[in-house]
Amino acid sequence: MKTNFDFDQIPETAWCPGCGNFAILKVIKEAFVELNIDPMKLVFSAGIGQAAKTSQYINSNCFNGLHGRALSVATGIKASNPELIVIAEGGDGDMYGEGGNHFIHAIRRNIDIVNIVHNNMVYGLTLGQASPTSRKGSKTTLQLDGVFLEPFNPIAVAISLNASFVARAFSGDMKQLKGILKEAVNHKGYALVDVFHPCVSFNKINTFKWFKDNTYYVDESYDNTDKMAALEKAFETDKLPLGIIYKNGKNKTFSENLKAYKNNKRPLYKREVNLKKVEKLLLSN
Amino acid sequence: MKNDISIVLSGEAGQGIRTVELLIIRALKNSGYNIFSTTELMSRVRGGNNTTEIRVSNKSIQSFVDKIDILIVLSRNAIYRIENRLSENTIIIGENTFIEDKYKDGQYKIKDIPLSSLAKEVGGLIYSNVIIFGLLSGIFNINLNLIKEYISEQFSAKGVNITENNINAVIKGYDYGKNLKLAIQVEKNEEIKKQIILSGTESVAIGALAGGCNFISAYPMSPSTGVIQFLAKHSEEFGVVVEQAEDEISAINMIQGAWYAGARAMTTTSGGGFALMQEGISNAAMVESPIVIHLAQRPAPSTGLPTKTEQADLNLALYTGHGEFPRIIFAPGNVEDGIFLTQKAFNLADKYQIPVIVLTDQFFIDSYQSIKPIDFSMFKPKNYFIKTDKDYIRYKITEDGISPRGVPMYGKGYVRFDSHEHDEGGFITEDPEIREKMVDKRLRKMESISKESIDAEIIGSKNYKTLIVGWGSTYGVIKEAVEVLKDDDIAFVYFKQVYPLPNNTQKILEKAKNRIIVENNATSQFGQLIKSQTGLEFNKHILKYNGMPFSLEEIIEKLKEKK
Repeated sequence: MKTNFDFDQIPETAWCPGCGNFAILKVIKEAFVELNIDPMKLVFSAGIGQAAKTSQYINSNCFNGLHGRALSVATGIKASNPELIVIAEGGDGDMYGEGGNHFIHAIRRNIDIVNIVHNNMVYGLTLGQASPTSRKGSKTTLQLDGVFLEPFNPIAVAISLNASFVARAFSGDMKQLKGILKEAVNHKGYALVDVFHPCVSFNKINTFKWFKDNTYYVDESYDNTDKMAALEKAFETDKLPLGIIYKNGKNKTFSENLKAYKNNKRPLYKREVNLKKVEKLLLSN
Repeated sequence: MKNDISIVLSGEAGQGIRTVELLIIRALKNSGYNIFSTTELMSRVRGGNNTTEIRVSNKSIQSFVDKIDILIVLSRNAIYRIENRLSENTIIIGENTFIEDKYKDGQYKIKDIPLSSLAKEVGGLIYSNVIIFGLLSGIFNINLNLIKEYISEQFSAKGVNITENNINAVIKGYDYGKNLKLAIQVEKNEEIKKQIILSGTESVAIGALAGGCNFISAYPMSPSTGVIQFLAKHSEEFGVVVEQAEDEISAINMIQGAWYAGARAMTTTSGGGFALMQEGISNAAMVESPIVIHLAQRPAPSTGLPTKTEQADLNLALYTGHGEFPRIIFAPGNVEDGIFLTQKAFNLADKYQIPVIVLTDQFFIDSYQSIKPIDFSMFKPKNYFIKTDKDYIRYKITEDGISPRGVPMYGKGYVRFDSHEHDEGGFITEDPEIREKMVDKRLRKMESISKESIDAEIIGSKNYKTLIVGWGSTYGVIKEAVEVLKDDDIAFVYFKQVYPLPNNTQKILEKAKNRIIVENNATSQFGQLIKSQTGLEFNKHILKYNGMPFSLEEIIEKLKEKK
């Protein structure tokens, strides 16, 4: 069924058949339809990589910029027009590797965006090297003897930075992914949605079956507002927890903290320069 | 001492020399004197040796001089670094124990001031700098009530006691200064009282506001940081989003997100930070985002001399970013141009959707001068983005290469920026024909950009045989040297736009029999640019790259020997 977020002509995708990205793209569009989001108000800020191409296949506003920099661009967009719904999207290499520093500081800023990270534990577009989340021992086209670096734990990092919303989903369960995405969009503040998905071409270890066998859902008794409990969950390795791991709605968002909006709520594009005021400033110097 | 007096304050970082500088230049200006001041720092927060030069003159000045008429010594080891600038006319004022014996053999006039004990009488050593402010005010016979007023303003927030102590301190210094009975003769001019004191930093920040800047993101780096600090102070009043980025890479991308959403955004940095921004600058070229970058140069490579000056990043700005794309580079040489060019940078960046770089340096940034009020009605800040319709496409191929830029939520169209090569709609393409068309489209903008270049300005004789070429911060020193030389054969041409070269470049340069270029770098980067674009060569290069600006004496001497 054609949604508001589909183009008249379906673009040719650059993904391999069976890729987890197809499911994520489908779910994103469905979630936005169900949330009744006006595509005019929606902006995708994407980096580079197979995951970041998602923005190319959604009919809305988009800034498909540089590898690793989607969060910085998204910050600039949201801070200049807080009325926009801004999604920063990319893969594990894009967001946690090249953009690692921006990931840390976007969380600290509590910029009110949704950060979707397609996490398949491998580099796809550059043909199969290790990613920051690759498991120890994974043999790749570059890590010939297997990865010996400690894998990056985005969930634990986000919680320790007191991120306002931290979730993990699996592309194999579209229903749960959609639910999490909808909550993330409705959440005020920075929201991380790390989505496990298989890379059918380059990751022969972390397959659909592997994710299925090695994950579980946090149950209803789990209190996702308890930071220490959330950290414990984040460090579990036997089986990896899925669901909303941590939620903290206490902090003001980045835009709420900006003095530029203290006396004037209008987005920046609606404002005009007051030259008289600038002249007065010069004269008072 | 007549009509042109150079005062140097020399002491340690943390002694409050900047406070004295700001107070005294204001007091002098408001008494009708022309002033210029510049600071030379060591890269540290405490200790070391910093010097500030304050020039007081009967004419408008904006250059650094070697000569020192009055040296104020505020700590031990404060003389040796500037020893070669002393002469038999220099009056050294300072505490006896701060002045090493070798300077006391009769070759200099020394005036002992018991600064520490005077300060302790008032309440502690912390008052030393205010005593010095009083001392200088006394030397120049500035109205004491004016001085007290400044002190009250400066310290009122700190309470009655502290303000009173500072007033006592300033009076002590004032009396001491008057009693020195130095024969100071500088003509005053009532008109100067109406002038405004402005630093290079402030000129860039105020110019940005005049250009409609409402977003700045930057990572702190000397000497560029003052611009974001200034805007932070005025963030609420002017509605400017101010954010200290986690690194320069983030800053350059953040401002593109801001422009995308309809803001007018800039960043400020120095060479190392700018180098990190190159990828982002190239991105701006591809997505056709306007961006304004203030690049305050300091000596490099690498960390270089963090608090000194140099003009060696012209090539960096000129060739920054992978790929081929248009850009504009301005280089203000005085604070009027700091304002004018920075505001213009916003309009041109917006109009052509390109990076515009405002290239300054530490000497320009950290110097103060007084200027006449500026008529702001000549500035025409304008938003160039359009209201989109339903069929809006971002990268429409047009005759002048400018594709109308939309902003999300303004109109009915989607705004799609893409960093890949893209088609008119902003979708990835690898079609060789579209690729060529898009490259041509982007480069075509250079034609219109060149047409509206800012002409180079000739200062001095119109019938010159010898032409001195300068750009950016060497403006003041070359101008003053030419004025001092009063030679009908010599003129100075000042470039405030360094790229693309102004349209009058060839004509002005061809006319000269003898071409001399002055640059604060080792390889004459601007000379090379001129040569590559016009085929014209320079007979002489006057180059300096020891971290210091050119002094007036130095330029005069070199021009005399090279004429």
